[in-house]
Amino acid sequence: MHRFANPARFLKIANAVLPWVAGLSVVCFAAGLYLGLIASPPDYQQGDTVRIMYIHVPAAWMSMFTYSTMAVAAAAALVWKHPLAEVYAKAAAPLGAGFTALCLLTGSLWGAPMWGTWWVWDARLTSVLVLFFLYLGYMALVDAFDDPARGNKAGNILLLVGAVNVPIIKFSVEWWNTLHQPASVFRLGGPTIAASMLWPLLLLAVAFQSYFFAVVILRIRAGLAARRVQTLRLGQAG
Amino acid sequence: MTRKRRRLMILVLALLGLGTATALTLSAFRDNIVFFYSPSDLAAKPPGGRTVRIGGLVEAGSLKREGGMTVTFQVTDTAKSLPVTYTGILPDLFREGQGVVAEGKLGPDGVFTATELLAKHDEKYMPPDVADALKRAGHPGKPGDTSSGGAPVAAGEEHQTSTLRTHP
Repeated sequence: MHRFANPARFLKIANAVLPWVAGLSVVCFAAGLYLGLIASPPDYQQGDTVRIMYIHVPAAWMSMFTYSTMAVAAAAALVWKHPLAEVYAKAAAPLGAGFTALCLLTGSLWGAPMWGTWWVWDARLTSVLVLFFLYLGYMALVDAFDDPARGNKAGNILLLVGAVNVPIIKFSVEWWNTLHQPASVFRLGGPTIAASMLWPLLLLAVAFQSYFFAVVILRIRAGLAARRVQTLRLGQAG
Repeated sequence: MTRKRRRLMILVLALLGLGTATALTLSAFRDNIVFFYSPSDLAAKPPGGRTVRIGGLVEAGSLKREGGMTVTFQVTDTAKSLPVTYTGILPDLFREGQGVVAEGKLGPDGVFTATELLAKHDEKYMPPDVADALKRAGHPGKPGDTSSGGAPVAAGEEHQTSTLRTHP
């Protein structure tokens, strides 16, 4: 892992990977959206409303994946002072916030007809809302200091403290009574979702994931360039 | 010990402490975090005149329309059941054998008067023809069971526990 923390080496690999993940994302979005929204069967209980799930679930997975990787990056930044780790966390944060917002929004749209309510304060919904606020809080905090190094450090600590929320989100539906249903895919005993509905879901999960990688690479490139500009400016001033 | 090592140790210790503190807090507030109580919880800890939420399965065969928009039914956690009366619009997923969450008050006569009714969805997703095939085969198991045909009883049990899931 330490080998790839070198920005120059990272950029070389990332630039080679970028067109592939971008292409994969486009293909999987096209196939997944067609299968999910048009070609897959309706659900025996929910009818066509089940199609919201094909967006909601990948967005929810990505919201937790993004946060987990940001927390690992924060730990790497605090312990090993890897320059790339902080750039990554800052690059990924708005994406994670976007995934979380999409997850909350689609969940609400599904809940209104199915549960009979847009929102309840059960453990799952509340912990995901906390995740959304963690993203917003991190983004506000890293830019709240005159000295970027101090902002990054404060942001990293916030990310690590907030990491306790990730297992709470995942297991909230098992530890407590919630209105939200338990996991259907990543559970002991195998998925409880029919194959004809699982395939579009997995395709869209790959689409979201590769979209994330493509955009995060672009944002890391921009972040590294901004750092260089800053160092050059400081060099000129000094 | 190098500085990197020391920073790593501090970080691991801080995270362990934070994790323990969170776990203790959450288990202390368990009764407040649960979204609803099961009929058994309610029997063990009567709520008095407080507004509470109860949850469980709508017992099959217990749903009665009382005229107008009033319905009565039994909510069960398979161990105990509770009669519920509700006036209002039912959510799409409300049906016998499915999960339900009702907010309201328990009357002195033992009847729970709900002011708000929410349907609870389980974790199973399948097309209607698969559901029909399962029904014909006589077990409401998970979709994968159609080909294997294995353990219908276990699948039925799983259905009930997963829908209800009262905290341990």
